Amino acid sequence: MKRNLSKGLKVVFLAVYLIVMAFPLYWIVITSLKPQKDIFSFPLKYWPDRLTFQNYINIIKISKFHIYIANSLLISLSAAVIVVCISVLSAYVLARFKFRAHRHVMLGFFLTQMLPGFVALAPLYLLMTRLDLINTRASLVLMYTVGLIPFSTILLKGFFERIPSSLEEAAMIDGCSRMSALVRVIMPVMLNGIAATFIFAFVQNWNELFVAVLFIDDESLKTLPVAMNSFVMKFDVDWGAMSAGTVLSVLPTIALFAVAQRFIVDGLTQGAVKG
Amino acid sequence: MKEGQPSVVRRMQSGFRSSPRGFIFLSLLPALVLVLVFTYYPFLRGIVMAFQNYQLFDLTNVHFIGLDNFKTMFHDTKFQHAATNSVYWVFISLILQFSIGLTVALLMNKRFRGRGIFQGFVFYPWALSGFLIGLIWKWMFNSQIGVINDLLLHLGLIHERIGFLSDPSWAMTSVIVANVWYGIAFFAIMLLAALQSVPSELYEAGSMDGANGARKLFNITLPYIMPTVITTTLLRAIWIFNDPSIIYGLTNGGPAGSTHILSSLMLDKIMYGGDYGAASAIGIVMIGILLLYTIFYLTVTRSEKLGDF
Repeated sequence: MKRNLSKGLKVVFLAVYLIVMAFPLYWIVITSLKPQKDIFSFPLKYWPDRLTFQNYINIIKISKFHIYIANSLLISLSAAVIVVCISVLSAYVLARFKFRAHRHVMLGFFLTQMLPGFVALAPLYLLMTRLDLINTRASLVLMYTVGLIPFSTILLKGFFERIPSSLEEAAMIDGCSRMSALVRVIMPVMLNGIAATFIFAFVQNWNELFVAVLFIDDESLKTLPVAMNSFVMKFDVDWGAMSAGTVLSVLPTIALFAVAQRFIVDGLTQGAVKG
Repeated sequence: MKEGQPSVVRRMQSGFRSSPRGFIFLSLLPALVLVLVFTYYPFLRGIVMAFQNYQLFDLTNVHFIGLDNFKTMFHDTKFQHAATNSVYWVFISLILQFSIGLTVALLMNKRFRGRGIFQGFVFYPWALSGFLIGLIWKWMFNSQIGVINDLLLHLGLIHERIGFLSDPSWAMTSVIVANVWYGIAFFAIMLLAALQSVPSELYEAGSMDGANGARKLFNITLPYIMPTVITTTLLRAIWIFNDPSIIYGLTNGGPAGSTHILSSLMLDKIMYGGDYGAASAIGIVMIGILLLYTIFYLTVTRSEKLGDF
């Protein structure tokens, strides 16, 4: 009796929770598919009489969303690839060797996670101006790479620590250099961890707004979040267009998450926060 | 090491033990150079700006003004309000995100049908940006055609529409609701992983001693996952404190500045005023608060482990 009651409570909790989590996504998708008159009609339509892609056609025609998607893809992917390459090296060294500056390097990486980022934003703008990188995609690739190196290193270090060092020692006895042992023997074993780090980096880059708003002015170089941001300023009342833009911005990362959920859950948890 | 091994192997193995300095140096170099040049240098430069008159639209007139930025800031009612809001924002968001996240993680720790799909829905907000979540909730909170008003009316919980975002007495609660919704996923993921690492022998031993469900939770499960709890709540509090993106997307600090927290006020000074001096002064106060919080937290929880890399 008591057991059934508590089991019933659990089911109710999980069901309510599921609805609360899923509903905002449902609502933005359904709004984006409604004809203009249905969006502002009373009573609210929880399921429209007719579905239309007009909102999507409109925003792609008016505001060239395909260009922003291409920019976002290019920038997010390049920065994620570079981050993984650099962080694999630093994480490997920090996981395997104790050296004099070890503690300081780790502390230095940890501290970056605590700093309020905007303090550095203005000086970064000046630095980028001096390097002649303002209004280039390269500036964002550089910023996103730098921003993610500390966290990715900490994450990957956790993965390396789970792999016994006897593995590369054996490879080195067989004549591999340390570098080729790392690339050919260790990295294949921790592919899950590398995938998790890569996806995490990609999603962060894809979503970044403030640096991109400050550094990019040129219409043809804008990323999706920047485009959505100026979209909000211009078309604050056109919720059909706004929700279509939101759906286009979030679907790629949600799809990625759905496909790679296993890596991410396994990766972020066991890598980042060890018990 | 066994005796009589070939000397080449012995020499190579001692080679692994003594750190190869060149390899360490070269491997760390790119990460260190990038982080020093593009994080620490601009950050220190930003701290200097707090003591300067530094306006984006008046760059020919940059000069040191001592503590003037801080004096102006402390007399600004917007700042005082944002400081209070920040505490409220972090505290309430953190408690709700954590307790709901823990409940979800505990329930998901047992197998049930459809757990995989459920997990997907628990985690997906993590794939979204705070800014877009702000936008989605702005649409749902709309006082005229917002779905939340509509649902509450249907359920009979309210009798007239509420201006969730336009009424200053509701606005802060509304942004916190969106923030809690967003942040549960983080705790659910982290705590679920910690729960799955609890050795099952502990529970078996507990059952033999006659411990019931609640006893097991408080005497076995929670103590075991405590390090994860401490780390995640500490990190999360810092992120909630530092990240203005939900507020930016939802209310942009309005109405009349009632939903500004320190980080969004700082963003406001940069984006709309171009006043980098004033923004940096707020940044320094934020760093001070974070330092005090971290020290206090680590002392109270007696967690020396965090500093032990």
